[in-house]
Amino acid sequence: METAYFIETIIKIVVILLVFSALAGFGTYFERKILAFMQRRLGPMNVGPFGVLQIAADGIKLFTKEDIVPTNAVGPIFKIAPVITAATAFMAAAAIPFLPQFTIFGYTVHPIVADVNIGILYILGVMAVGFYGPLLGSLASSNKFALLSAARAAAVFISYEVITGLALLGPLMMVGSFSLIDFNNYQAGGMGDWIIWSQPVAFVLFWIAAFAETGRTPFHLVANDHEIIDGFGTEYSGMRWGLFFIGEYANMFFISFVIVLLFLGGFGDGSVFGALMFLLKMSFFFFFFLWTRAAWPDIRPDQLMWLCWKVLMPLAVLNVVVTGFVMMF
Amino acid sequence: MMSLEQFENRNVSENGYYKVDIESYPETGWEKAKQVFSRTIRGELFVGLWVVMREMLKFDIHTVQYPKEKLPVGPRYRAVHEMQRLWESGTERCIGCGLCEKICISDCIRMDTRIDENSRKEVSEYTINLGRCIFCGYCAEVCPELAIVHGGRYENTSEQRAHFTDYEDMLTPFDMAVKGQVPEYPGFGAVTPHEDERVKSTPLAY
Repeated sequence: METAYFIETIIKIVVILLVFSALAGFGTYFERKILAFMQRRLGPMNVGPFGVLQIAADGIKLFTKEDIVPTNAVGPIFKIAPVITAATAFMAAAAIPFLPQFTIFGYTVHPIVADVNIGILYILGVMAVGFYGPLLGSLASSNKFALLSAARAAAVFISYEVITGLALLGPLMMVGSFSLIDFNNYQAGGMGDWIIWSQPVAFVLFWIAAFAETGRTPFHLVANDHEIIDGFGTEYSGMRWGLFFIGEYANMFFISFVIVLLFLGGFGDGSVFGALMFLLKMSFFFFFFLWTRAAWPDIRPDQLMWLCWKVLMPLAVLNVVVTGFVMMF
Repeated sequence: MMSLEQFENRNVSENGYYKVDIESYPETGWEKAKQVFSRTIRGELFVGLWVVMREMLKFDIHTVQYPKEKLPVGPRYRAVHEMQRLWESGTERCIGCGLCEKICISDCIRMDTRIDENSRKEVSEYTINLGRCIFCGYCAEVCPELAIVHGGRYENTSEQRAHFTDYEDMLTPFDMAVKGQVPEYPGFGAVTPHEDERVKSTPLAY
């Protein structure tokens, strides 16, 4: 029994690693294509049919590029920083159920690595640790643009962790559990049971914070190309930069899963239809990350903090208080 | 005759100018809060989302996939020169007058002539250093025989500078000229195709 569990877990970990590394690659392809279509361009077209093999070309390029560590950089920290980003992104995936449980060859598979009873807390914590990647990498790379990026990363980090946590308090009070499986079962009764209907404010706040968490466009100031080159990635080359990239895209996928699980019913009752809807809903949120990148401008760091501390945090606190009163009476 | 009066009048307020009505900036905290609220409700972010989504759904792609697709070059475009031959007989149009050499302002045309066996003047050497040419079009304009013209070939890559001066490359191939396969030259100075459709009739109001 113990051995079987051990083997099963290892297999699940390997599958998740492989699937989401590949999906991160496809994510870049989708991003380039969708951004191109929204700007009336074609995007990558030449490598393979409709440019699909561009991912392979990029992969070969990243793997074979020279790995440069700048002279004045703090070597060990500079080298470990991208690993932190990528590793924490995948570690967060351990507590996410990617599909409802299903039976294959008479063996019931739970597509979650570890259904820990503090799932959300674990995910948020590990994703927060992921911020040490850009932070340490930019501080260690001895580059002024990277240094600016570090300052911004710290500002975003401090601001938006607060929003994520406070926004989730309301739903947590209602469900009474940190496990994402419990969250899913709470909403399993159909569309009417979705937490988004009872906690719309929390949903919007968490969604906004997700953009900061993944560093996507309205809050992309950690690595704004037009201001600070690539921020923390300025001095990185080859696969180290690639790890940052994989981490970012994996994070986008995982946070999309989490949003759907928390607020939009997850995989519902666990039927095949529910699983398909789950992936569809997740795809919408991933698509939305790309969509906003085409449509919205980036905001300044001071605007970001203004929005966080003066608008979103009071709203989040108010949401918690109101939820508490409603639950009490 | 037009008078200068209207230009000398510097009083802009009388010329139909008006000041843009800019709302005053909010000063008190309450006014700022109201501004934030109204901007939040206005939903401008969703307008932006809709615009890009509309363009994606319309799928009106403007990309030209360059090596596979090429935009047509206008006949008046001044790209690499062509030396023309006469139709049917296929003899070179160039009479070796040397006007193009004379007028070339970047000094990139070099020609040599001799008298051939029919005691006609013949061009024995003709080079244009395309590395120096500024494609001003004077040579084509000054040519009395329409012998040197500007073609539409704009893709110039070579491993050797000498390739940019090859007379044989510029000259219309002899067999093509004899067979009449060379299209009527629509080059530098020609009317743009479909120009007739764009011509507007002169207003005859008076």
